[in-house]
Amino acid sequence: MNFGLSEEQELLQDTVRRFLEEHWPAKKLRALFDGPSGHDADLWRGMAELGLLGLTVEEKAGGAGLELLDLALVAEVLGSFAAPGPFLGHSLATLALSWGGSEAQKDRWLPRLASGEALATFALLEAGGGWDPAEWGARLLSAGTGLRLSGQKIHVPAAEIADVFVVGVAGGGLALVERAGEGLCIEAIEGVDQTRRVCRVAFEGATADLLPGGNEAAPRVRDAGLVLLAADAFGGASRCVELAVEYAKNRVQFGVTIGHFQAVKHQLANMAVEIEPARSLYWYAAHAFDHLPAESQRHAALAKAHLTDRFMQIARDTVEVHGGIGFTWECDVQIWYKRAMFDRAFLGTPAVHRERAARLAGW
Amino acid sequence: MDLRYSREYEEYRREVREFLKGHWPPSGEAAQGSQAEQAARFRALAIQRGYVARSIPAAYGGSEQPPDVLKAVIIAEEFGRARAPADVRGIGASMLVPTLLEHGREDQKLRFIPPTIRGEMQWCQGYSEPGSGSDLASLKTRAELIDGEWVVNGQKIWTSGAQIAHYMFCLCRTEPGAPKHAGISYLLIDMKSPGVEVRPLRQMTGTADFNEVFLTNVRIPADHIVGKRGEGWTVSRSTLKHERNMIGDAAGSRVLFEGLVRLARETKRNGKRAIDDSDVRQQLAALEGYVLSHQYSGYRQLTLAARGKDAGIAGMMNKLTSTNIGHSVARLALDLLGDEGLLAPTNEARGIRLLPRGHAGWITQNMWSLGVAIAGGSANIQRNVIAERGLGLPRDFAAQREGSR
Repeated sequence: MNFGLSEEQELLQDTVRRFLEEHWPAKKLRALFDGPSGHDADLWRGMAELGLLGLTVEEKAGGAGLELLDLALVAEVLGSFAAPGPFLGHSLATLALSWGGSEAQKDRWLPRLASGEALATFALLEAGGGWDPAEWGARLLSAGTGLRLSGQKIHVPAAEIADVFVVGVAGGGLALVERAGEGLCIEAIEGVDQTRRVCRVAFEGATADLLPGGNEAAPRVRDAGLVLLAADAFGGASRCVELAVEYAKNRVQFGVTIGHFQAVKHQLANMAVEIEPARSLYWYAAHAFDHLPAESQRHAALAKAHLTDRFMQIARDTVEVHGGIGFTWECDVQIWYKRAMFDRAFLGTPAVHRERAARLAGW
Repeated sequence: MDLRYSREYEEYRREVREFLKGHWPPSGEAAQGSQAEQAARFRALAIQRGYVARSIPAAYGGSEQPPDVLKAVIIAEEFGRARAPADVRGIGASMLVPTLLEHGREDQKLRFIPPTIRGEMQWCQGYSEPGSGSDLASLKTRAELIDGEWVVNGQKIWTSGAQIAHYMFCLCRTEPGAPKHAGISYLLIDMKSPGVEVRPLRQMTGTADFNEVFLTNVRIPADHIVGKRGEGWTVSRSTLKHERNMIGDAAGSRVLFEGLVRLARETKRNGKRAIDDSDVRQQLAALEGYVLSHQYSGYRQLTLAARGKDAGIAGMMNKLTSTNIGHSVARLALDLLGDEGLLAPTNEARGIRLLPRGHAGWITQNMWSLGVAIAGGSANIQRNVIAERGLGLPRDFAAQREGSR
């Protein structure tokens, strides 16, 4: 029995961490957060060069053929740096193609998605609907030899720059829509998390292609997304604890740093106790995803619910430790606070997944 | 990451099962005598086979096995499943024995370790005093060396098991002129000595599991000291380290949680099963997030230990996490009990049962969850440790002034 990372996995996290320390300083994060675009092409290219976009892609398509845990370990580091961009949607769309795509679809897209030459995203939620495959209403209609997609999706990450969309359709299947085709209308939504911007995408008879294994892949991709959000939340929450501890070691009041005061110390200790053990919960959920099929769905749900709730609360505590400055736009804590709001709501709130977990346990 | 045991360990598990099948519960000749005698005979056999007292050298009655965390887990699981007597529990085996191994003289090890790990010699811990709780080093119980004997005077409190213990390991002030931490020695006191008076303390549960111990001109041999004069603080720190090293009780949290789910299936809310109530389902699933985190963090710590690595801050959190879960379970159980929450706690001795018996047992668990959050370093002291040693925050003003630790 071994519940630890391999040397390769530790090296992977170190590599991503060092890359972001060098290429993603706080100044750049701030500029992007305040700027018009939520995307940094240089950063994305760098991530592609490190092979992060093809981690789970099979080797013959140019990927590394690794597992969800490896991808989640990267998501953790990205969360800890509040790294911006299309990683989440791109990863989920890539997994959807890998699991549900035809050979032709895979041949056409996976090598380009793994190398970063093309960018993909994942469109699920509809206004008034839910994230669950059973709730999708977008309709596929035959038109001549092909298919046309009609429907509207909201909160689609990185839609403005995506080359290809994996879209949830009525009946729980998945369709592929290329940006180059007709009948696509993309409109930015003012989202809370400036590091992961979202759009409304209207498909008005857009040329579409069905993923033959889409119905089986869809819930699996959703679960992978839950694990990646849980990992992002762990990274973000852990960074919040570091920010709060750092501030408490430097901020002076009553002639001493506020880290001397037991009220502050205990708040910081509680924050650490809330998040540190949960590292192992997201690890387990990610490992179960590939190795323990009987447990994987329920663990993905519980991990997402638990970790994103912890992230939200810890981000709140971090604002509190910072006092007035923590409430300002200038203070970087708000960046993680809003990232926590995204992680918590995207793919369904904790309450939704706790109810699913209860059902899956036969309660 | 691989949650399966390798073939070598699966083989080991089979061996352990085979052994248990042959010897527990005892049959034939081995089933004669009292329960305690049967357990002692079985334990002796298990020591021979290397399943019990694994970290204790053979010279002191142990089985002297190379450390192997996974084997230890397998033994714990299999012995637990068979309800077979495993390592002796209690403060003697878990705290005194490791301390003697580290600081004791050869004659002390030979005399005290074998009967303790066989379960024949019971111990209690003489640390806390009425005026010295979290600030333990301010303790006032005095011991003076007079005519080749220590003469001890003072009072200890919260002494679990003093009513049954044969001996107490006790911190006493022996160097009154020395600075606070340098004036303490670690002494071993025979509880049958004249001048030792044990008075039970009744807890809110109604039972009396711990005591006050009054020491009045108690005379003990000069050589019943562990370590040198004035070094008792250091000696006792190593004891506390061993206590913290005890594998976290994540498995206990799991068992408690599963009991809570059963309670939710048995009790009613608004005319239907409580577990069908959406608020109850939400609370259970939220609590399970903590329970699983605790459990898997334990797996991670075991793996780190097997790799010879330190668990860092995660290792400092086990007690607080466990008692936090205990509080949450207590709260939700009381909600589930509804009107039965008006019942008095059951009068079970040693109430920290893993799984409460019957509905009133949950009232007992409710109260014990408070006791365990205080015993062995209160939750607030745990937070100090996590903040200071784990997060690197500055030490407490008072502790800083005295330059302790």
